[in-house]
Amino acid sequence: MSDNSSRPSPLDDVHVAAGAAFTDFAGWRMPVRYASDLAEHETVRTAAGVFDLSHMAEFLIGGTHAAAFLDFALGGRASAIAPGRAKYALLLAEDGGILDDVVVYRLDEHRYWVVANASNREVVAAALSERRADFDVAVDDETDRCALIAVQGPDAVAVVSAITGLVLGDLAVVSGIPYYGVAAGDYGETPVLVARTGYTGEDGFELYLDADAAPALWRDLVDAGAVPCGLAARDTLRLEAGMPLYGHELSRDTLPVQAGLHRVVALGEPRAFVGRAALEAGPVAGARLLVGITGEGKRAARAGYRVLREGSEVGEVTSGALSPSLGIPIALAYVDPDVSEIGTELSLDVRGTVIPARVAPLPFYSRKASS
Amino acid sequence: MNDLRYTEDHEWVAVDGDVATIGITAHAADKLGDVVYVDLPIAGVRVTAGKVVGEIESTKSVGELFAPVDGEVLERNEAVVEDPSLVNADPMGAAWLIKVRFTDLPALLSADDYDELTRA
Repeated sequence: MSDNSSRPSPLDDVHVAAGAAFTDFAGWRMPVRYASDLAEHETVRTAAGVFDLSHMAEFLIGGTHAAAFLDFALGGRASAIAPGRAKYALLLAEDGGILDDVVVYRLDEHRYWVVANASNREVVAAALSERRADFDVAVDDETDRCALIAVQGPDAVAVVSAITGLVLGDLAVVSGIPYYGVAAGDYGETPVLVARTGYTGEDGFELYLDADAAPALWRDLVDAGAVPCGLAARDTLRLEAGMPLYGHELSRDTLPVQAGLHRVVALGEPRAFVGRAALEAGPVAGARLLVGITGEGKRAARAGYRVLREGSEVGEVTSGALSPSLGIPIALAYVDPDVSEIGTELSLDVRGTVIPARVAPLPFYSRKASS
Repeated sequence: MNDLRYTEDHEWVAVDGDVATIGITAHAADKLGDVVYVDLPIAGVRVTAGKVVGEIESTKSVGELFAPVDGEVLERNEAVVEDPSLVNADPMGAAWLIKVRFTDLPALLSADDYDELTRA
């Protein structure tokens, strides 16, 4: 079940004590579920769940050229992010392929916090290091000292607000942090970044702090009512929310426009960034596009399964599950452009059984505006 | 329950005369996570030991059900087809999957053998 060679999270002892089942994720031993991944999924949709995401990679970018550097290094205008705000961005290769998708937080005028996928830590570190040559900027990989705890769900504000040891600077309150905003604070003596971001389609926070202080904060959050949730629930939550996962929907061979992420890349401005020329040239004619697909019945298509149109293969599933919230099979898939319109009738080859399906709008699930 | 035998494919087998009742072990159910769909053969289907006869899907993965014996399916558990979460709730009892009238009973693992297998 657990692989002894994989690296434990700073919260490993807490997870073991809670009876978690573990999985290896990008070389880390992380909780896949505590008891029931369906119950954990449901908790995030209706109350509050807490996730250990300490495997994620964090980079601190600091210096007078920090904004200009990130404008060049990432597709997406980091200089346009106001201090205290965050933005989803892509790290592109020269040929426009996606090296990673990241969240960029602007901490202040000259400091940014860039959060990357665990599986891409080395790639991101190398690209940032290579691209900083002409800039007065320091890039520090903070992954080893940093833990990440996410609190997600409609009760996330109440749960995080209840942590009396957590105090934001300028006496701000967590409920005052806007969506895709970030505030610095302290948890006891430990500095913490409180970001209103997540990967579940719900309201919530991501808390970055020193690994040493993470177990105490985790216990406080659980005491305040957050239910521990594993990576299995996180995957079905993000899939329902239509969010891409690197290695499934995004890859070195995917151009942003294929993944529907062209708006994330600031092509409209006359600004040089790595990958720009390739994006202007566009993908080859007929390049497949990412779509949402819903199926009939209860059998889910999974990564690698074929998408068919009148018996011929027109695409491939990249992620799929029986949606816990909707009760129907949902999938993300790359399909030929001529079958990518919403409503197009398709079918899915589920291990030899052909399941009727159609192209559906994304996200599959969105939370009510009131929550 | 003392007469339960096990397979390396994580099934349990209860033998009564020439009828084998087959399910998946608690260990297998635990590894799968929440079961959301089961596909089981209907009565009359002939099965061959070691061959796939059904599927057990969880949110995260797909598990295959292997026939532990040669024979013919007498009955499948419609309650589990209706409510696959029974597999997690009571894998060794209420969530039996199929009953097979067998022609030959191969050597199967004892509880101790199976324990050892899953501890490795």
